[in-house]
Amino acid sequence: MKTQWRERITDLFYPLAAASLAFVLGAVVLALLGVSPLDAYAALLKGAFGSRNAFAETLVKATPLLLVGLGICIAFRGQVINIGGEGQMIVGALLATALGLAFPDWPGWVMIPLAMLVAMFGGAVWGGIPGVLKAYYNVNEILSTIMMNAIAVQLMNYLLRGPMIDPVQAQRASQIPQTAALSAAYRLPRWVPTRLHLGALIAVVLALLVYFLLWRTGWGYRIRAVGYNPHASRYAGIPVKRYTVLALVLSGAFAGLAGMIQVYGVNYRMITDGSATGFTGGAGFNGIVAALLGQLHPLGTIPASVLFGALLVGANAMQRAVQVPSALVTALNGLVVVFVVSSEYFRRRAQKRRLLRATERAAAQAVREASPPRG
Amino acid sequence: MYSIGDILLGIAASGIRLATPYLYAAIGETLGQRSGVLNLGVEGQMLLGAFAAFYVTYRTGNPWLGLLAAVLVGLLMGLAMAFVTVNLHAEQGISGIGFYLFGLGMSDLLFQKLLGTVDSVKGVPDAHFPLLSDLPVLGELLFRHNWMVYGAYALVPLAWFVLNKTPWGLMIKAAGENPHAADSLGVSVAKVRYATVTLGGILSALGGASLSIGLLKIFQQNMTSGLGFIAVALVYFGSWRPVGVLMGALLFSLVNALQLWVQVLGLPIPADFAVMAPYVLTIVVLVIVVQRARPPAALTKPFTRE
Repeated sequence: MKTQWRERITDLFYPLAAASLAFVLGAVVLALLGVSPLDAYAALLKGAFGSRNAFAETLVKATPLLLVGLGICIAFRGQVINIGGEGQMIVGALLATALGLAFPDWPGWVMIPLAMLVAMFGGAVWGGIPGVLKAYYNVNEILSTIMMNAIAVQLMNYLLRGPMIDPVQAQRASQIPQTAALSAAYRLPRWVPTRLHLGALIAVVLALLVYFLLWRTGWGYRIRAVGYNPHASRYAGIPVKRYTVLALVLSGAFAGLAGMIQVYGVNYRMITDGSATGFTGGAGFNGIVAALLGQLHPLGTIPASVLFGALLVGANAMQRAVQVPSALVTALNGLVVVFVVSSEYFRRRAQKRRLLRATERAAAQAVREASPPRG
Repeated sequence: MYSIGDILLGIAASGIRLATPYLYAAIGETLGQRSGVLNLGVEGQMLLGAFAAFYVTYRTGNPWLGLLAAVLVGLLMGLAMAFVTVNLHAEQGISGIGFYLFGLGMSDLLFQKLLGTVDSVKGVPDAHFPLLSDLPVLGELLFRHNWMVYGAYALVPLAWFVLNKTPWGLMIKAAGENPHAADSLGVSVAKVRYATVTLGGILSALGGASLSIGLLKIFQQNMTSGLGFIAVALVYFGSWRPVGVLMGALLFSLVNALQLWVQVLGLPIPADFAVMAPYVLTIVVLVIVVQRARPPAALTKPFTRE
């Protein structure tokens, strides 16, 4: 038991040290730009946690990261690299928004779960296409999911400028590419006066569910087995291809849900600035970062998402306080990914050393027991 | 109004020009992948290269110094990628995404902090060949591009020659196909991969520069918008051969040029679908091409001596 705890702590040590190193490097960049890193980071912390409202905003930003991150845990555990979170979010949100706008008079308790399902379906299809292409046509899923992102963005731009445009905007010269607002009944309940909404709670509950799915069900076991060793899994009779598709379908479904929750919980309509991040806020990418820091564990992804949500919220405060563009956070996230992925090497080495020591001890013990004490 | 001839010439000439950034990035990526390393950070390297080249050109008025700055930035990014993938055995796809995010954020940050507004520079000059540049049609099509365009096309035979006719090429291919055998013959797999990944970084940065101080003469946040990822896809498209990569780059840039002209001419196709076309094409082409080509056997696999 004792050694198990020690192992858990060392397991956490490496990614955390790696993330810290990224922030140290960020401080160097800030200093080079002539900004006091202490002031900048203090402004960031204050902006993210300084008040009830700030903390609520942090959780609002963390919610899509957690949902996308949960999908990433499933996909990466199955050795499928899903970079398509952005596109899957968009397609999920488009379907859910279209549904909500098409039937504006249903009770909220009917529409909201239905919209969640529809969004998950949309994300699942958008993730499933690269899944099928990978499993049956051997197409690299990293590339296909990135292409699917770009396609989804253009689809959104087209729909929001044309068929789905707010009738009010269609009349005006400005023609802002946005949909009409959803009925008030469809808004996720909020913890007023903040913008914190029910979606955050849903995400946490789903994190528990994903944990259960991955470690307590046959499906989850087989997804992990396929990721761990596809050849052995095939010998064991697992339909490897089907589980590759399933991993991407589930992963896409969570991203799709994240998209729906952005609409039903935060904006109440879809609006585009022409880019993916205009709608997603980069959650499709940042969810990957959160999941990686959370060690691809659904429960570890919860605090990691809060951390990156805090970064996003704090970045805006930092921009106001010390005039450092919030793009710094994107760069920092990149460093976190590189460092956390690299830290695996040191963790594995430490693990190997530990194993070696344990074996040596056991061997010495065996020798002592086998040979009678001299005397 | 444009005549049909004007339009066709316009599409062909801009197609040839637009292939430039793809070629720099994809040829560099080809060398890396042939040695066994998938560099997905291309887009980030391009963005940082584009910014460095633009910034130095803007400050000094000398585009050649701008190119030098891009080379330095690419060198550093390439070395970092090599260290992480070769020494630390990091998952190549994911660390590449990390480098992409870093380049995306960093180039944006530096742009806002150091420049702030969109401005244009003179950039790399257009070539002028006596007689040839003044030829009707052919002059516009082939002989009046900026110098970076010719550099990009020169890379193709160069890369082909290095890969197929020199001992270096043999070492690169050995490191990518069977690193253990290469190692036992005295080839340092680590050194080979360092060389190709670093060179790939430099070429990607030059590809970015070919956009910022070659084609467009401006810098914008996220100005590559996925071009680097398409460049990686082109390597698959070209079955890891420089000539195949050239074919792919030309096909894509022609589709892009066509798409731009669709918008210029105001044809009744929604611009969004026109912009979407190259990405759909990428997926379709990947499906078709991947069926018959085989990637380098050790691609994405870290190498450990035994």
